[in-house]
Amino acid sequence: MGALGGHDGRERRWTGLDRLESRRPPRSLLVALVLASITLITLDVSGGGSSPLEPARRVVGEAFGPAEATVAAAVRPFTAVPTWFRSKGDLADQVRDLEASNAELRGRVELAGFERNRLEQYDGLTTAAEDLGSALVPARVVALGSRQSQSFTVTIDAGSEAGIGPDMTVVNNDGLVGRVLRVTRSTATVLLVIDPDSTVGGRVGSSMEIGFVTGSGSLRQEAGLDLRLLDDASVPARGDTVVTWGSTTGPYAPGVPIGTITEVYSSLREATQRAVVEPFVDFSALDVVGVMVPSGSASDRAVIEADGTLR
Amino acid sequence: MTHLRWPVALAAVVVALVMQVSLFPHVAWHGVVPNLCLLVVVAAALTVEAPFALLLGFTAGLALDLAPPADHVAGRWALALTVAAFLAARVRQDQKPSALAVVGTVAAASFVATSLFALSGVLLRDPATSVAGLLEVVLVALVWDVLLTPFVLPPLMRLFARLHPQWATS
Repeated sequence: MGALGGHDGRERRWTGLDRLESRRPPRSLLVALVLASITLITLDVSGGGSSPLEPARRVVGEAFGPAEATVAAAVRPFTAVPTWFRSKGDLADQVRDLEASNAELRGRVELAGFERNRLEQYDGLTTAAEDLGSALVPARVVALGSRQSQSFTVTIDAGSEAGIGPDMTVVNNDGLVGRVLRVTRSTATVLLVIDPDSTVGGRVGSSMEIGFVTGSGSLRQEAGLDLRLLDDASVPARGDTVVTWGSTTGPYAPGVPIGTITEVYSSLREATQRAVVEPFVDFSALDVVGVMVPSGSASDRAVIEADGTLR
Repeated sequence: MTHLRWPVALAAVVVALVMQVSLFPHVAWHGVVPNLCLLVVVAAALTVEAPFALLLGFTAGLALDLAPPADHVAGRWALALTVAAFLAARVRQDQKPSALAVVGTVAAASFVATSLFALSGVLLRDPATSVAGLLEVVLVALVWDVLLTPFVLPPLMRLFARLHPQWATS
């Protein structure tokens, strides 16, 4: 009897264990999936620019792009709600600030006209004047990469149908935003200049010295970008404006404002000058951007031409 | 109902991913947003059988790796979420997990997944930020995930349990 009972107990225990075992996560599947992930990582790393995963990225992008654009459009009215609750005093302060900066800018523009005319004469000599004017395709930011993913990229709602291609310069009304990495039909992925992977050729406005501007990997404006000048002897001045050095064929168009120099460090060991550039663009509040496309290119939406007309 | 589980789980992942990149950046803290895809995977791991949860973790990670704003090396989130799903599936006991167990599992999975992603970046020589910066991101992401747990996990777990009656009854 006892033996039988014990036998029964063992039976039960075994079946119980079996059931438990069947619910344990299978290690073989874990190992298989981890190996699959590592294979993907290896493929993507070794592939570099022409990675075998680019087609997959494109297909997933075609599917997710319209969904992101729809959700962003639905969310937009709600993100504007805080601006309804601003008092008259706030608005009056803002008007005063804007009038002040407007007056300052007008003064600068009046001088700039002369400078620009002179520049156009020089450019006419090099027959590059008409090439310099590129058109802007307007677009809105519909999705932002999270900081957990360690990359600072955004999706905009204009793609190859709007005339956008890889390596085009993206700006907004403050200055340089970044460059286009890849496009789908209706969306494009933009690498922001604050990404640690991003390097932009920069030129210091006053001295015309050239260097490289690297992202610092922070959304805060004061964290800034890193500027290293090629010429070790020249010291950039605080408050100087940095613009892109670029070329008409390269990823960044020339002459786009990046930011102002806020700090200068000189490293004795490396014998180079390092400066912190505070970008003009507020990357935590990106919305409307423009993509610089060659003048006269076909697009599915109104394009802003170099002379300000809408086409 | 079991034939419906893949479509429903994938739809949940798609919705979570789109919310994560299009809606939550508006309320993000220094760019850190709640990882909704991770919450979907943990909900599956706590409710349904482990192989399904592991495969869902891999799929959700792959979607995070390939969907538009992403530009990191593909496969990193897939690795992180697969391991997170494995850990969450191990935590599950036979009975329905208590609220505290769910929150604890989410916190552990979030910590492991974000850290694994960051570590893979270090191994791949990604010009990442400092260790302090990485830790900050990991901890803020953990707080975000735990904060959203009461709103996201219960409906998802109920949904998954209804699609798997054989597990829900026992």
